Amino acid sequence: MIEIKNVRKSFGELEVLKGIDLTVEQGEVISIIGASGSGKSTLLYCVNGLEPIQGGQILVDGIDVHEKTTDLNKLRQKIGMVFQQYNAFPHLTTLENVALAPKIVLGKSKAEAQEIAKAQLEHVGLGDKFDVYPSRMSGGQQQRLAIARALAMEPRYMLFDEVTSALDPELVGEVLDTMRLLSDAGMTMVVVTHEIGFARDVSDRVAYVHEGLIEEIGSPSQVISNPKSAHAKRFLSNVI
Amino acid sequence: METSAAPTIAFFTAFKSSDFLFLGEAALRTLLISVIAISSGSLFGLIFGWILAEFNRYMTSILSLILDLFRSVPLIIQLILFYNFFPIIGLPLSPFVAGTIVLIIYTASLVAQVARSGIEATPLPMRRASRSLGMTYFQDIRYVVFPIGLRAVLPAWTGVALGVLKDSALVSVLGYVELLRASQILVTRTQEPFIIFAVVGGFYFMLSYPIARITDRLEKRWQYD
Repeated sequence: MIEIKNVRKSFGELEVLKGIDLTVEQGEVISIIGASGSGKSTLLYCVNGLEPIQGGQILVDGIDVHEKTTDLNKLRQKIGMVFQQYNAFPHLTTLENVALAPKIVLGKSKAEAQEIAKAQLEHVGLGDKFDVYPSRMSGGQQQRLAIARALAMEPRYMLFDEVTSALDPELVGEVLDTMRLLSDAGMTMVVVTHEIGFARDVSDRVAYVHEGLIEEIGSPSQVISNPKSAHAKRFLSNVI
Repeated sequence: METSAAPTIAFFTAFKSSDFLFLGEAALRTLLISVIAISSGSLFGLIFGWILAEFNRYMTSILSLILDLFRSVPLIIQLILFYNFFPIIGLPLSPFVAGTIVLIIYTASLVAQVARSGIEATPLPMRRASRSLGMTYFQDIRYVVFPIGLRAVLPAWTGVALGVLKDSALVSVLGYVELLRASQILVTRTQEPFIIFAVVGGFYFMLSYPIARITDRLEKRWQYD
């Protein structure tokens, strides 16, 4: 379970998160929607400790992410993250990209790590690309590689930060399909997205973030189809 | 009628095959001083470059200033100042030791900038991605930042290495008999600068060529796009 309690985050003078409260249950898929600059992505970075917070608390399985004594490297092993930029390691083949962290972080043998990597790559439909370098792949393939790489650590949670935003429209579908597979398999997911259709179909709950606060949260039918706040209404009428 | 030979003293003697040996030995000295300077200088340069790239501006500004000093002052001046400074404080250094130390510092100051730009070749989002996989800071450096940076700056590093190899000739001003100094000695004796400098040029080429070839091959092997 991820518990986000009254989290505040500033970049210098600018306060981006102004007291976010959100609890993500095991097996739940939550989509976070909202205008650019509303603080959605920053919230994800705070959840796995890539960004410090200035107030509040984030607990992952009861462990305080921002407590000084917390071993963040260990904690991050159970929180997979996929980014808007695919961030595939350019000097490694697809297989090496996925096998690297299991080998050096989890201490698996080379053979074991490669087995894990092969299984994950097949899972995301890249079973024929083991020896290919990322630069030879499309954006959609690279993003699926990034998902496989995160999954190879066998995380309990997956954070997705606008993973389709940098993709050509025709490549969005393959990535969303991969994410659907994950949610069907029961993965706990927090998805920051502009894909409202995906948020409606796949999420258990949808949170609408406006200027650093969750303004509305509930089932997709409630938040997306029937928003109450004026901001959410305006945002949704612009994006749908 | 025979002309009577005037008695002459042989000031000058012709270039002999044994002079090759003399030059070969000097070439080994050039190689020795260069290998030490390039390897140690690159190691220190890597550490300095890492500090420049990863530490905050206040900490790096002083280091940066010192490195700029060594990059900007002509090597020959650094050599002479350094070599003559130590006897003043009662610690005379041999030309070899003084020359090697100055070359190491000089190489480090050049490599530091190369290393810094290599480290900066990995964009911040990619480094966050590796940290998000649970890698420690040094695992990220070792497995992601270093290999990507090395590939990015290998040509620039090769340029520095070849430059230092040739600049090592300046150590001759301290009296260390490396390739250039040896050639000057032979030119004085034989008065045949053309032949000797051609031979010495050949030696320098033989020393440089392998470096260029090896890095060239590495670059090709590491190509990933």
